[in-house]
Amino acid sequence: MEKIVLPDIKKLHLLNVYVDNGGFKAIRKSLKQSPDDIIDQVKKSGLRGRGGAAFSAGLKWSFMPKTTDKPKYLCVNGDESEPGSFKDRQIFEYNPNQLIEGILITCYAIGAKVAYVYIRGEYHKWIKLLQKALDAAYEEGYVGEKMKKKYKTDFFCDIYIHKGAGAYICGEESSLMNSLEGKRGYPRVKPPFPAQFGLWGCPTTINNVETLTNVPAIINNGWEWFSKIGEPKHPGTILFGVSGHVNNPGVYELPSGTLLTDIIYNYAGGVPGNKKILCVIPGGSSMPPLRGDQLEGVKMDAESLKTVGSAIGTGGIMVMDEDTDLVKVLARITKFYHHESCGQCTPCREGTGWMVKILDRIIRGEGSIKDVDLLISVANNIEGNTICALGEAAAWPVKFMVQRFRDYFEKRVSKEVAIPVANKVHSMRHTVNPLADVTE
Amino acid sequence: MEFKFSAKNLKKIEEILAKYPAKKPAVMPVLYLAQEQNGWISKEVMEEVANILNMHPEEVLGIVTFYTMYYQKPMGKFHIQVCTNVSCMLRGAYDIYDKVKDKLGIDNMEVTKDQLFSLEEVECMGSCGTAPMIAVNEDYYESLTKEKVLDIIKTLKKN
Repeated sequence: MEKIVLPDIKKLHLLNVYVDNGGFKAIRKSLKQSPDDIIDQVKKSGLRGRGGAAFSAGLKWSFMPKTTDKPKYLCVNGDESEPGSFKDRQIFEYNPNQLIEGILITCYAIGAKVAYVYIRGEYHKWIKLLQKALDAAYEEGYVGEKMKKKYKTDFFCDIYIHKGAGAYICGEESSLMNSLEGKRGYPRVKPPFPAQFGLWGCPTTINNVETLTNVPAIINNGWEWFSKIGEPKHPGTILFGVSGHVNNPGVYELPSGTLLTDIIYNYAGGVPGNKKILCVIPGGSSMPPLRGDQLEGVKMDAESLKTVGSAIGTGGIMVMDEDTDLVKVLARITKFYHHESCGQCTPCREGTGWMVKILDRIIRGEGSIKDVDLLISVANNIEGNTICALGEAAAWPVKFMVQRFRDYFEKRVSKEVAIPVANKVHSMRHTVNPLADVTE
Repeated sequence: MEFKFSAKNLKKIEEILAKYPAKKPAVMPVLYLAQEQNGWISKEVMEEVANILNMHPEEVLGIVTFYTMYYQKPMGKFHIQVCTNVSCMLRGAYDIYDKVKDKLGIDNMEVTKDQLFSLEEVECMGSCGTAPMIAVNEDYYESLTKEKVLDIIKTLKKN
């Protein structure tokens, strides 16, 4: 299977190796076409955002106003803070030049002169790696004002890195823009959307790092080629990050629609000790968890996951074996969202804290049967009642985990049942006999 | 204590300002520079940053308190950050966190008496495929065991 974002080419991070392997051909090809043609091709390719919402990239670009007297901006979202996601750092490390080329093409398509790559502050090493690649590209005239001479064109643009400082919420697009403007990273009320009112009130497009790294390949090989990879409604390859209880955790670039069980068992090497799987979160910690007995036949793309009641998110797959204490996992996830809530909206600021308290008392053995419904009730009162999607991110894991493992949670609050017994309910080993062992 | 940027850092600030159409967006990178020079963000640092960027000191305070990577007190020479989020937790992060706590005799956001070490329980660092992990200042140490962590602390002590 061909890899688009992380091809197996040694030392591809070096500019000369990238150029020798066809690098910066796509930007030359793009500059000979009109920006509208580029947007059209990306739209037709079916490329969808890899940052979580899986929105059509070409369609997003087409929202940028054609005529405006304000400058336009591109923001590249490399905040990558969703627990379970560790894919963009691979791009910074192994294929930074393709990201740079993708940024150039996007800037040309939307008419931006400046692009800011917002990278989470903890990624010191990867910020340095991307900066190194950028410096080399500037030096050789692939980026910046020297572009005019290099590509014999009137178009040029600058790419700057902006380093975050440890706030998860800055991965939310409007919060990212506020952070870049030198403010607290509070999400903005939408509409207006970034294409109308973005950075400093100017038209702005925000795309994920992985999304833009796909763009040069689409221009080089054509939109038809791309649209035929993987699932037609969500085409291309996806970087799946597999973590938790698997033998070979890591990032695997696979066609969209690859079976979840294939990823876990064939690529990530299965579960240590051949234990059963109790629970899988398929797209980073904010996405609805799936039970071990729900995984059979599940395809990893936005549409297929929707039909089984979850979402693709950032493609961060977290696997939990049959001995996992799910209440502790849920408490840890909820503690994260409580910590990262920016505090603007009361339902999120207070609700996440309440959920942490309830889960903590269940862990202490002081929970009651009422707590099960109380958790769902608090989650329902957060969902849909906040400015940004952190509300949903905090509510979904609680709501869906409690709903899908209801008997598990009921057994846990009854205090009489040991964890291994409670866990047996939904655990499943997929390589062998596929039925869960419900008897004690 | 009074704070002034070094000549070298003042030059760096000029370079940072060239990236943005206004002064205020430079506040985050300038605060990083200040932290690098001063070790932490004091009241005087915030006043100086505000002064340079034409901001109110309270605005700068708002930034410093919003983001977790600006320290409002001196931290250890080696600031040990242990991720305990789900992917790391599933692979034994709390054992590692407890081990570090025991070994250094300090709790979350505390500093050892000799100012050598400080400890912070951090959220997901994007190292889920190589969990569990710690970061010491800017460097990641991945795929750890309790034994490896103790070795790391030992080696740091020697330096």
